[in-house]
Amino acid sequence: MSTLRLSGDLWMGDAPLIRNLALEFPAARWSCLLGRSGVGKSTLARLIAGLPGPYRLEGELAGNGRALAGHVAMMAQDAQLLPWADCVQNVTIGARLRGARPDLARARALLAQVGLAGLEGRRPAALSGGQRQRVALARVLMEDCPIVVLDEPFSALDTVTRLAMQDLAAKLLQGRCVILITHDPLEAIRLSDHAYLLGPLGAESLALPASPTPRDFTAPETLAAQAQLLARLHSLGPVLCAG
Amino acid sequence: MRWLNTPILRALLALGFALGVWQVVVWASGVPHFILPGPGRVGASLWANAPLLWEHARFTAVNLGIGLVAGVALGVATALNLALSPGARLLLRPMLIFAQAVPVFALAPILTLWLGYGAASKIVIVMLVIYFPVTSAFFDGLMRLPAPLADLAQMMRATPLRRLFLLQLPNALPALASGLRLAVVYAPFAVVIGEWVGSSRGLGYLMLMANGRGQTDLMFAALLVLAAQSLILFALFEALARGRTEQAGR
Repeated sequence: MSTLRLSGDLWMGDAPLIRNLALEFPAARWSCLLGRSGVGKSTLARLIAGLPGPYRLEGELAGNGRALAGHVAMMAQDAQLLPWADCVQNVTIGARLRGARPDLARARALLAQVGLAGLEGRRPAALSGGQRQRVALARVLMEDCPIVVLDEPFSALDTVTRLAMQDLAAKLLQGRCVILITHDPLEAIRLSDHAYLLGPLGAESLALPASPTPRDFTAPETLAAQAQLLARLHSLGPVLCAG
Repeated sequence: MRWLNTPILRALLALGFALGVWQVVVWASGVPHFILPGPGRVGASLWANAPLLWEHARFTAVNLGIGLVAGVALGVATALNLALSPGARLLLRPMLIFAQAVPVFALAPILTLWLGYGAASKIVIVMLVIYFPVTSAFFDGLMRLPAPLADLAQMMRATPLRRLFLLQLPNALPALASGLRLAVVYAPFAVVIGEWVGSSRGLGYLMLMANGRGQTDLMFAALLVLAAQSLILFALFEALARGRTEQAGR
């Protein structure tokens, strides 16, 4: 899979949401879409994942999206786990939904990789928020898609858990085309190889430190980039239209 | 007073209280026993007519059980079909809504005409009465898959049949349970009405006969057996439902 390109205007109903998009998501890189709540980040995530909604793209997405079907896995803020199924059953749900034989050994190995060894038989209600996101991450790995959309996957977690999950995701999703959607400047700076700041008039490329990801959150250049980005976001003022 | 707090003891206490009130009403009002017999008389009748009551109770219970199982099976199958096929929804849903407006009890005389005085008409009326609440409750549950899970199914390219059985069905089990709760409440009504309209056996038939012959104590005894049947049915259902919830919450 080569670079994924998205260009054109994104519409919500009959109102324009984001104009003049020209986004590139290179293979084996983390790309970040940063923006305030309501700017249309999650709509872009649904568009790339091929999910229905009241939006429409006047433009192009990697050959009209046809090439994308079946190549995208998504992880959202809500882990989207089945409440009645245990961890192994949740991780293997993709294969079972397609009528394929689930690879239980691989599911167990992936659960161990995300740090859930010994908890395979638990249901989501018996797990913490961070553990649930670990199950969701194992499920994304199980799907083994070249493109992974992360739609604010860690925003419901406490700060320390969030940092740990960022490190884990950076390690395990290496080699895939990852599209990270976030409103957290530190998360964008820690994880992205390149990042876009989204606004109603388009996307602008952001300058990032040269250090390798996941970037050290105590490093001066990370903190300086975060401060700069916060100032940039602050100067934009509130987003008035919801979406 | 801790020993007062066990469920069985509390139930016995409530029962004793109710029997006491009943006896006091009979004594105080002085109504003749062929209008309202006291608990003692009903108890004696229950004892004396035990083989007769058992015979008729068995007939009623068997029809109730068969009707309940068949009605639930038919309702579940219909709901699954409706959830899977838009064509079936188009054709059957308006009929289902219309059928809910028909008081099914009112069909009992017609069913007796068509199916005779035997077991068949009782089984069919029980099936008809519980079919609609079970179907509509389960179907609603099947169609209410949370949006995040629907997205998941789409991204994972689920086949419609597997989406139904792996996501929609487990998600609809609580809705099915509320449909079944209605079914176990309605079914005993239905079977007795079926027997009243036309039958030569069963507790409903026995009550009509006893009433006609002025054997009010036997009528009350039959009523008590009927109530006991319903209570056993509720208890069985609650035990089943609790088992499932405990499993789900593990």
